[in-house]
Amino acid sequence: MEPYRLKLKEALEAIKNSELSPVELTEAVLSRIEAVDEKVKAYVTVTKEHALKRAHTLEGSNEALPLKGIPLAIKDNLCTEGIRTTCSSRILENFVPPYESTVTMRLLDAGYVLVGKTNLDEFAMGSSTENSGFFTTRNPWDTERVPGGSSGGSAAAVAADECIAAIGSDTGGSIRQPASYCGVVGLKPTYGRVSRFGLVAFASSLDQIGPITKTVEDAAILMNIIAGHDLRDSTSAEVECPDFTSTLGRDIKGLRAGIPKEYFSEGLDSEVEEAVKKAVSVLEQEGLEVEEISLPHTEYAVATYYILATSEASSNLARYDGVKYGLRVEAKSLLDMYLETRSKGFGQEVKRRIMLGTYALSAGYYDAYYRKAQQVRTLIKRDFEDAFKRVDVIITPTTPTVAFRIGEKIDDPLKMYLNDIYTISVNLAGIPAISVPCGFNSEGLPVGLQVIGRAFDEETILRVSHHYEQLTEWHKRRPEL
Amino acid sequence: MRYEAVIGLEIHAQLRTKTKIFCGCSTEFGSEPNSQTCPVCIGMPGVLPVLNKRVVEFAIKTGLAMNCRISPYSRFARKNYFYPDLPKGYQISQYELPICEHGYVDIVVDGVKRRIGITRIHMEEDAGKNIHERDCSLVDLNRTGVPLLEIVTEPDIRSPKEASAFMRKLRTILRYLEVCDGNMEQGSLRCDANVSLRPEGSEEFGTKTEIKNINSFRFVEKALEYEIKRQEKVLSEGGTIVQETRLWDSERGVTFSMRSKEEAHDYRYFPEPDLVPLVVKEDWIEEIKSSMPELPDEKLKKYTEEFGLPQYDAELLTEERPIAEWFEEAVRLGGAPKEVSNWMMTELLRLLNENNIEIISCRVTPEHLVKIIKLIEEGKISRNIGKKVFADVFQTGKDPEEIVKEKGLVQISDTSELQRLVEEVLKNNPKEVERYRGGEQKLLGFFVGQVMKASKGKANPKAVNELLRKKLSS
Ligand SMILES: [Zn+2]
Repeated sequence: MEPYRLKLKEALEAIKNSELSPVELTEAVLSRIEAVDEKVKAYVTVTKEHALKRAHTLEGSNEALPLKGIPLAIKDNLCTEGIRTTCSSRILENFVPPYESTVTMRLLDAGYVLVGKTNLDEFAMGSSTENSGFFTTRNPWDTERVPGGSSGGSAAAVAADECIAAIGSDTGGSIRQPASYCGVVGLKPTYGRVSRFGLVAFASSLDQIGPITKTVEDAAILMNIIAGHDLRDSTSAEVECPDFTSTLGRDIKGLRAGIPKEYFSEGLDSEVEEAVKKAVSVLEQEGLEVEEISLPHTEYAVATYYILATSEASSNLARYDGVKYGLRVEAKSLLDMYLETRSKGFGQEVKRRIMLGTYALSAGYYDAYYRKAQQVRTLIKRDFEDAFKRVDVIITPTTPTVAFRIGEKIDDPLKMYLNDIYTISVNLAGIPAISVPCGFNSEGLPVGLQVIGRAFDEETILRVSHHYEQLTEWHKRRPEL
Repeated sequence: MRYEAVIGLEIHAQLRTKTKIFCGCSTEFGSEPNSQTCPVCIGMPGVLPVLNKRVVEFAIKTGLAMNCRISPYSRFARKNYFYPDLPKGYQISQYELPICEHGYVDIVVDGVKRRIGITRIHMEEDAGKNIHERDCSLVDLNRTGVPLLEIVTEPDIRSPKEASAFMRKLRTILRYLEVCDGNMEQGSLRCDANVSLRPEGSEEFGTKTEIKNINSFRFVEKALEYEIKRQEKVLSEGGTIVQETRLWDSERGVTFSMRSKEEAHDYRYFPEPDLVPLVVKEDWIEEIKSSMPELPDEKLKKYTEEFGLPQYDAELLTEERPIAEWFEEAVRLGGAPKEVSNWMMTELLRLLNENNIEIISCRVTPEHLVKIIKLIEEGKISRNIGKKVFADVFQTGKDPEEIVKEKGLVQISDTSELQRLVEEVLKNNPKEVERYRGGEQKLLGFFVGQVMKASKGKANPKAVNELLRKKLSS
């Protein structure tokens, strides 16, 4: 097998047993990128020279590191010191951070090799990478279709074997939805589990970094490295981190799963529904106790999310003003410089969200929108807390449909927003969820199964999804490129 | 119609922490522009604020000193507006849930005590500075993120004099707590004032204006006096006050309109999602309380009631904590409070002033003063010599006893030595001796002066007096 096809776990073993060297693996991945990225367009920046140099350094060292020589792709909204970090925005096109994000710092300490920064919807705002300021990433299963978003570049890179695994970020589904569309595994950890320091903020109270991988076990391995309290992120939780791989392989007998009826209604594609239901029955046969549950405030999730996320974004993106770094369009007055820099630097969707958020926070509207949305957020959170009194996990489709065609929804933001209908509530509640492949539709496009867990109980959702993965072959299929 | 002024103050106090409120950068002033900065205070993408615990401690201290309720649960909020000296495009402040509320500060104006309510005290970060050159504008972000306390009073102040007294009292408290150096000229203490007028006896509030840029203690009174007169004139001519922000121009001594209510910013406050709610535990408050110094009000009470000092002296001695502590140390070492106070008021404060020296770097110690007082009491030196010795210690820091010994300043009480001096003076001034004996008794002073001069001031004046009388009458 070509080395670039290896799963993270396999690559680690091959390097540990000296069957493969960090340089060989890095070279294999880089040449894979060279071969297929023209078609997939997963990367904004390929850090070829940096990667080779790093692989050589690692190879020359005897230090045993948990990720030694593993080529990973990083979503281009995580700051990497000395390496351009664009957020796929014109406004940061030439921005080179003088600091490293906590997550990539931990990966560096673990011995990873950065092969490139992956494409995303500008500032992580979107579900298809069509909002990238540079180009649209292609779905490796059908290059006429979107890979999902906003971590579309990371998911496509994993699916196309252009990296061993990748890191993404998830504000309303941005890890899970592209993972689902690209037939790979994507985990959004509990809010506070992984430090956000160095993640360029979209919506601070919702953003969370997580792995996108070829298997559930690979996701658990990466979680062991990136999770944990960080003094530089006040919202990162001071809770003990387990060994996320330790529950993998334990059976699921006696675990209880809830199927929320609100997630199986209008808008859900019948082939997706069928695949998810089949997956549930596979798990049921393994001893999972399944019951229907209700998450009554589900219908308000999308509206709530688009008020809170845009409000925070309108403030988070105020710093891109042309004064200190990034794009500056010179103009006659200060106001004109602001207006022209931001008009030219931001794309349509970013501007739309800044305007929505600015409106929601404005005097006279705050109570009706922002405050109300915060109250509904509490109700949505409570829905999950109530449900988790009865069940250990909640199982849903990750997305209502399979990957759609490029251009199909770009002119209809509302339609686009509904893509996240099954993933958004999880961010509002701050709880963890994973998407794993659970089948293909008649056109050969992947379908994802979402397993949602209690706050800080990633272990149980990893255990259930790993168990499912072991019983099925979906994750072994690879797209032809 | 007679009008009554209604004044509320909004004070910004820069806190004297070593590092900024949300990053580890130094708060030091006067450095190279943008040298005290990091990705966090420059507002680079992806960085996050981490609250400096010291700032919270200072806020709690200040709140306690101003009799506030300390909120067990408070929140930071973002105040959004665009300006080049505000790198994130928002200021992290507190809005709906500030750390301190419902306090008061007592002031005394013309012998009358007044209680000024404190609405709230909250923490926030300072902005940077824009520097405008002829053909460009530059931004210095060294000050960005320096911690501030915003202290807001109730509209309880009724005159410019009260406002000024309040500001002085506030400064004293802040300096006692060592949380702010209280320098208005350098901008570490800033004051905005809300002013409105209403007919005397009325309970309703009139339309207010906000006065900004009052950058000196002198101007607190001046700016308010001007603004009250201006509003009085508008109202008495049948006009109405426009709600607006006005700037104080100290050169011209006027306030002028900066922006109207319609042009006011909509700051779009919302809870800061990058910081968790601030939970302050009761035992931390207790710990801070027990570490607080005795405050000026308590000291004032002690000085007047226990030590029997006049109100004026007590006020002066308690205005600055190091002076009060100097005083108390001298008393502790055995100096009589009134005597110590007299020496401090007449000699020490004058010399400090003349030489522009802070008491903490003064070479005279309380121990020195007590020694000088003792030397006088024991008759070893005269009060006048004592003053000279004090000035000498102030310059050199030498021990007073040593100075007295070294310079031979010990009073001559030795009769034979004095006798010699007296006889010499009488011998040298035969005409005056005759005139004295002829009834010009007031010439005694002249002889005393001559003896003192001959002894270089060391003669014991009492003994000289006696001796002269005896000699002259014989
Ligand atoms: Zn800093």
